[in-house]
Amino acid sequence: MDTINVDYSTQIPNNVNLASDRTVLRALEGWHANYLAWWRDMGPEGFQDAKVYLRTAVSVDPQGWAKFGYVKMPDYRWGILLAPQEEGRKVNFGQHLGESAFQDVPGEYRAMLRRLIVIQGDTEPASVEQQRHLGKTAPSLYDLRNLFQVNVEEGRHLWAMVYLLHKYFGRDGREEAEELLRRRSGNAETPRMLGAFNEETPDWLSFFMFTFFTDRDGKMQLESLAQSGFDPLSRTCRFMLTEEAHHMFVGETGVGRTIQRTCEAMKAAGIEDPHDVARVRALGVIDLPLIQKKLNMHYPLTLDLFGAEISTNSANYYNAGLKGRFQETKIEDDHRLTSATYPVLKFIGGKIVKEDVPALTALNMRLRDDYTEDCAKGVERWNRIIDKEGVKFRLELPHVAFNRQIGEFRDINATPKGVLMSDAEWAKVREDYLPSREDLAFLDTLMKAEFEPGRFAGWIAPPKVGIDNKTGDFEYVQIAA
Amino acid sequence: MTTLALIKQHLIDPEICIRCNTCEESCPVDAISHDANNYVVDVTKCQFCLACVPPCPTGAIDNWRQVTIPYTLEEQFSWTDLPKQQELANGGPEAFEDEAESLIAEAHDGTGGKPVAPYTASRPSVNLYNRDKPAIATVRGNYRLTAEDAENDIHHIILDFGDQAFPVLEGQSIGIVPPGVNETGEPNHIRLYSIASPRHGERPNHNNLALTLKREASGICSNYMCGLKKGDKVEVTGPFGATFLMPNDPMANIVMICTGTGAAPFRGFTEWKRRIMPNAPGRLVLFFGARRPEELPYFGPLQSVPDSLLTKFFAYSRVPGQPKTYVQDLMRRESALLSDLVGSKATHVYICGLKGMEQGVDAAFDDICRGAGINWAKLRKDMRETGRYHVETY
Repeated sequence: MDTINVDYSTQIPNNVNLASDRTVLRALEGWHANYLAWWRDMGPEGFQDAKVYLRTAVSVDPQGWAKFGYVKMPDYRWGILLAPQEEGRKVNFGQHLGESAFQDVPGEYRAMLRRLIVIQGDTEPASVEQQRHLGKTAPSLYDLRNLFQVNVEEGRHLWAMVYLLHKYFGRDGREEAEELLRRRSGNAETPRMLGAFNEETPDWLSFFMFTFFTDRDGKMQLESLAQSGFDPLSRTCRFMLTEEAHHMFVGETGVGRTIQRTCEAMKAAGIEDPHDVARVRALGVIDLPLIQKKLNMHYPLTLDLFGAEISTNSANYYNAGLKGRFQETKIEDDHRLTSATYPVLKFIGGKIVKEDVPALTALNMRLRDDYTEDCAKGVERWNRIIDKEGVKFRLELPHVAFNRQIGEFRDINATPKGVLMSDAEWAKVREDYLPSREDLAFLDTLMKAEFEPGRFAGWIAPPKVGIDNKTGDFEYVQIAA
Repeated sequence: MTTLALIKQHLIDPEICIRCNTCEESCPVDAISHDANNYVVDVTKCQFCLACVPPCPTGAIDNWRQVTIPYTLEEQFSWTDLPKQQELANGGPEAFEDEAESLIAEAHDGTGGKPVAPYTASRPSVNLYNRDKPAIATVRGNYRLTAEDAENDIHHIILDFGDQAFPVLEGQSIGIVPPGVNETGEPNHIRLYSIASPRHGERPNHNNLALTLKREASGICSNYMCGLKKGDKVEVTGPFGATFLMPNDPMANIVMICTGTGAAPFRGFTEWKRRIMPNAPGRLVLFFGARRPEELPYFGPLQSVPDSLLTKFFAYSRVPGQPKTYVQDLMRRESALLSDLVGSKATHVYICGLKGMEQGVDAAFDDICRGAGINWAKLRKDMRETGRYHVETY
């Protein structure tokens, strides 16, 4: 792509009339070149010239937002697409409840709003960086394609946030947009803003867990930002949610297919005890206890992303009408939360206790509870696969006090069932609950690329349905010679 | 007479669905809802607009079942798997009466195998009346469709059944019993004619139907019919035909290729769609061949059917000063459109006209498909077996 003379009306599909907005256009032109440099530098390693069967959004209507075709990733058309404006939309919560939605940034909330957008924006390129090495061990072209679809869409989400920064925050916004390209996941000097986004994604099981758990946090955050009284942010996030769904699909079905394959292999080999790890691993599949350990790692890491249980920041966001609750408009209450309370788990006097606190300060907790409920349903669907195969094993979400780094339980040790223990006890049992070095080494032996169309690595089952209804042997990625 | 209509019901596969809520968000008529277990589609609200289909990340949304009794929301909420497609009595006996059966079988011979009704076609009634017990229809109108100087004398005849039940579907035929005996003293042979009107009547909700009928020089039955006057009584058998039927699927594309009076069933198809679901997304495409515009039945009325409802291509083989053009020539010209259409599993092809025309059409499809990298023989077999390829020539 010619980065100097980009035709923004075609190369950057948009419904914000970019071509006529000279100021924003100039700002984006400058940023675009840096973005592409970042993508080349930190995007998927080794596949920049591969032709990938990708879905591109060219407009927000159902017909326009899922155009499939082969694309080289650097040529992907990262669009700026906002959900259609709703006539007469109001602020639906907080102290501005009932007022017309903000079409511009209210002066008093400028810093707050910018921070919200920057935090959201920072996660988008971070996950691309975290996942950049995975291509070379993809279990199939189908999975490789899904990885890249996730990556380009995270890239598009960055575009979406950067557009807001450029359009509504002037020079500050432009600087923040540059910073989004400067920080690097896991870098000691310039790390990404949130912890989970500085962790490695060392293998495909981690990738699937990440897209199941961490992208689901993304969904919760986007959903509560979609409630925003700042209309451009709301519209942006509403459209991003449709893409986020694909990422969770990759996670849920990725883990599900792994479970499926393990159970099938166990049955074929006549292994009934899922804890007979050595025999199961000898089949070249991932034992269910290890899948549970990976789950135990990713779930708490993502819970940390919701921040402290009690937060005045989130109360301020809510009061200001900038960030609502999950599905705010479907909740039946006063939408001001001036007198309501919400139960929060706390660590008091050496015990985990439930305490009612002002609902306004417990918004992080509430969103996290909604998140947990959503996760639990997905885990149940995994259990259904195990049941169906007749294997006796259940995956479970660990207790919220387990393995936390942020919030009430950051300084304590607890088992996945929530039983408290000393540091010494924890050290002894840690590897019963979290992947050990041996576990990871075993996973490493399975991470071998399978690039033959229609073939899948031995540890994962093929999907039930192809992308875009393609048949099993479809060449989802044409890897350049 | 009631027949249980087959409905194409939109369902979500609970095994593949990840409950992301995208479909519910994208449905413009709130047909999709969920409980703690499943996402479900309300059959009474879904309008087949397909707005939910592209955004679904899993493909779970793209599931359809032909049912006579739709699954309720409660049933859908309780599922862990999608129920299998129930066995449907498709491709049942076309007509039970020997005489009519052999005529139908001969007409459908060009299909190249056992014809199968479109999966979504309504259940037809067949053989309610026979030679021994015919329905008595009254002629309500008899009009010449072709110009006075045209070589072909084609008539539009409207028959009314009064209070006799005579349920029909577009694409079905009826038998006419001409009075009298032939030179060997046997009763005159029954002739079959395609119904040219939609199921609920030439005039909506009247118990009547229309035929498109060409006077054959030595045809006993056609001369009898073309000579009928308003108020005359006619003995009718049938209805006949259980496969050359119209899909009920609003998304179905229907490619209709015909010559002369072969247009009759397609007039029924087009009218039904125009009256019942004019905005359904499926396309109607017509390739119609005649000698000249003056000899093309329904030429005038066809001009006023909007392109948004029906894409029309007319081929004339005898217009002075113009090269002879046949339907297959126009098909080759429109190869981009046709290869695109036959590439879709939603597309149904119907050929109706004079015996032999299917060969030219077949060759044209073969060329078009080859150009698009499609194996026509394989595709045609697949289409036939799935009720999407139909030939009726006589």
